[in-house]
Amino acid sequence: MAFDRLSRRRVLTSAAALGATTALATSWPLRRAFAADTVVGFVYVGPHDDFGYNQSHAQGAAAVRKMTGVKVLEEENVPEDVAVAKTMESMIEEDGASLLFPTSFGYFDPYILRAAPKFTKVRFEHCGGLWTPQNPMNIGSYFGYIFEAQYINGIIAGAASKTGKLGFVAAKPIPQVLQNINAFTLGARLVNPAASTQLIFTGDWSMPIKEAEATNSLIDQGIDVVTMHVDSPKVVVQTAAKRGAMVCGYHCSQAALAPDAYLTGAEWNWTDLYPKFVAMWMKGEPIPNFYRGGFKEGLIKQSPYGPKVPAAAAKRADEVKAALTAGDYVIFKGPIQDNTGKTVIAAGDALIQTNGTDIKLEAMGFLVEGVLGSLPA
Amino acid sequence: MAEEIAAAVPAQRLNPHTPSRLLTGARAGALLVPTGAIAVSLLLFGVFVAFARINPLAVYGYMIEGAVGSWFSIQNTLIRAAPLVLTALCTALPAQVGLMIIGGEGAFVVGGLCAAMAGVALLHAPPLVALLAMAAAGIAAGGLWIALVGALRYWRGVNETISSLLLNYIAIAILNQLVEGLFRDPRSLNKPASPSIGDGHMLGNIPGTEIHWGLVIGIVVCVLAYILIRHTTIGFAARIAGGNPRAARMVGLPIGKLILLTCFLGGAAAGLAGAIEIAAVQESASADLIAGYGYTGILVAFLARQNPLAVVPVAILLGGISASGGLLQRHLGLPDAATVVLQGMIFVCILASDTVYGRIAWFKTAEAGR
Repeated sequence: MAFDRLSRRRVLTSAAALGATTALATSWPLRRAFAADTVVGFVYVGPHDDFGYNQSHAQGAAAVRKMTGVKVLEEENVPEDVAVAKTMESMIEEDGASLLFPTSFGYFDPYILRAAPKFTKVRFEHCGGLWTPQNPMNIGSYFGYIFEAQYINGIIAGAASKTGKLGFVAAKPIPQVLQNINAFTLGARLVNPAASTQLIFTGDWSMPIKEAEATNSLIDQGIDVVTMHVDSPKVVVQTAAKRGAMVCGYHCSQAALAPDAYLTGAEWNWTDLYPKFVAMWMKGEPIPNFYRGGFKEGLIKQSPYGPKVPAAAAKRADEVKAALTAGDYVIFKGPIQDNTGKTVIAAGDALIQTNGTDIKLEAMGFLVEGVLGSLPA
Repeated sequence: MAEEIAAAVPAQRLNPHTPSRLLTGARAGALLVPTGAIAVSLLLFGVFVAFARINPLAVYGYMIEGAVGSWFSIQNTLIRAAPLVLTALCTALPAQVGLMIIGGEGAFVVGGLCAAMAGVALLHAPPLVALLAMAAAGIAAGGLWIALVGALRYWRGVNETISSLLLNYIAIAILNQLVEGLFRDPRSLNKPASPSIGDGHMLGNIPGTEIHWGLVIGIVVCVLAYILIRHTTIGFAARIAGGNPRAARMVGLPIGKLILLTCFLGGAAAGLAGAIEIAAVQESASADLIAGYGYTGILVAFLARQNPLAVVPVAILLGGISASGGLLQRHLGLPDAATVVLQGMIFVCILASDTVYGRIAWFKTAEAGR
């Protein structure tokens, strides 16, 4: 019955209309449909290929991209101001994102805290923040005890160094950085009790020129192993390698930049965590609001040892790493003195890495004995 | 005969003795040259992305969508334009007396920092008092910051471009020093920041929108600046001083005062922008104040040809470009640097267009004089 009404003209017009609609839908970018895909957005504060912090997260995003039924959105160089608020809203409202990973520390307060109550169906997973039960439930914060890997860095560096003089290029005197400086130094002094770490703060997260100057000045002082905590270790690694010093990496592997000089490195393992979180979200399982972990939980990993690592040092480092992975090794275990001779952790006391519950660990404000440098008063 | 007419027409068009024609010509030029330059830079940008094997039409589509495609994107554009409207004045106002100031970033930072201090000090005062004090602190700090540049220029002959640029670094160092030391909220463990000015003391949004009042304040300030420059004797004197300092001195204009005043007002505008950034967006002072609004403001001022009124649409244009940057990244995989490339192309095209414009006029005059 319906067929006899299908005149040639009608068929032609509807075909044309269909064609035009398809053409519009495919060519005109304003109309997008994401079917039933789960849309996951990643926001980075710097370039996604910085050989550092942002690249480690972008590697995690790349792992999520391989999952089926997931569409990944990425935006880089998003400053910690109204820009990140708008980027998150735009991912949610224009692209239908339901799970966001705004990865920079400064995104948390106030931007994520303001956005979460507005978009209650969206999950905000923030790296490094300190979620508390007073905060909205659709926010989660996760972070890794990466100082465990800096401790391994220290063991390797202390053993590989000929002079016993190590160098650390750091951004800012904040607890997360101090944990790394202290762990690196304790690791080095585990294998060489006379080892020292000369510390230089550059003042900010991305200061390529100051980082190069700091590295050069460290090497001029006879230091032969350098490590760092800055957003992009690229400059420090390349400068150290060019000067003939050895280097321990940070955030992600920089081995490709200096295959010979690179000893090992402390790396994030977001490629493991992010697909896990995304799978939980897709299945509707609850993601923990507060998540911390080190080697044991698989949040961090160690770069493969480079050619200059002595075999004995590699063996010692692997033993400690195995103990950390088993969860029965404490790095900040008293008695520990700071570099002014004051006891900061008494004998029998310890700062234990257990899911962020140790406030004293998260608020670290001292430099251990062996660190040459000081904190602003 | 025909030759004579052909020669006479351009001569008449450019006859400097017919002021009304000259005025319309100048006005049309002020509008056409930048518009043309923006069009050319967009075309060049299209070529640029085509080399990256991305369809330029898709790029333009996303730019339109991201900047004005929806109520959300329009608001996004306007929010990003809000600080630029004010920071642009930091370059545009001193430009009237012939100074080339690029210290908007520093004035923005000290303005924000001092506003945060005022806000924290008045935590328990009524909101209106706190907000006015913050605005006053921002205006005073930013104004004095750039007035210092003017003073160095007038009394010591220090190049104002260099000194204002260097003062940016000093401002940033002061900010970092204070928020990591004396003015640090001890609870800001891993991100040094000042204490908060308090939720209740925030500058709200225009009702029915997510755009804070800073945009309205900025536009009002631009209009006031325009009136000052175009319709008051002070503005007239400033422009004379900028156009021909010697003549201005000969007729007894107070050059020093004019320099100090325009520098103060320009810095005050950028300082106010910093205060608004604290009061409307950031709540506390931290390194996040160093977001580059001061530097983008220079671009805005040049695109607007130092005209305070033209600053508003140009700021909105650049706000739109930055608002659409996200879509370009997410859907076309263009790096963030692409929007910076576009901004750079616009800037170069504007500068080049000025030269071309002058050349063509010169060419026509030469032809006319033949």
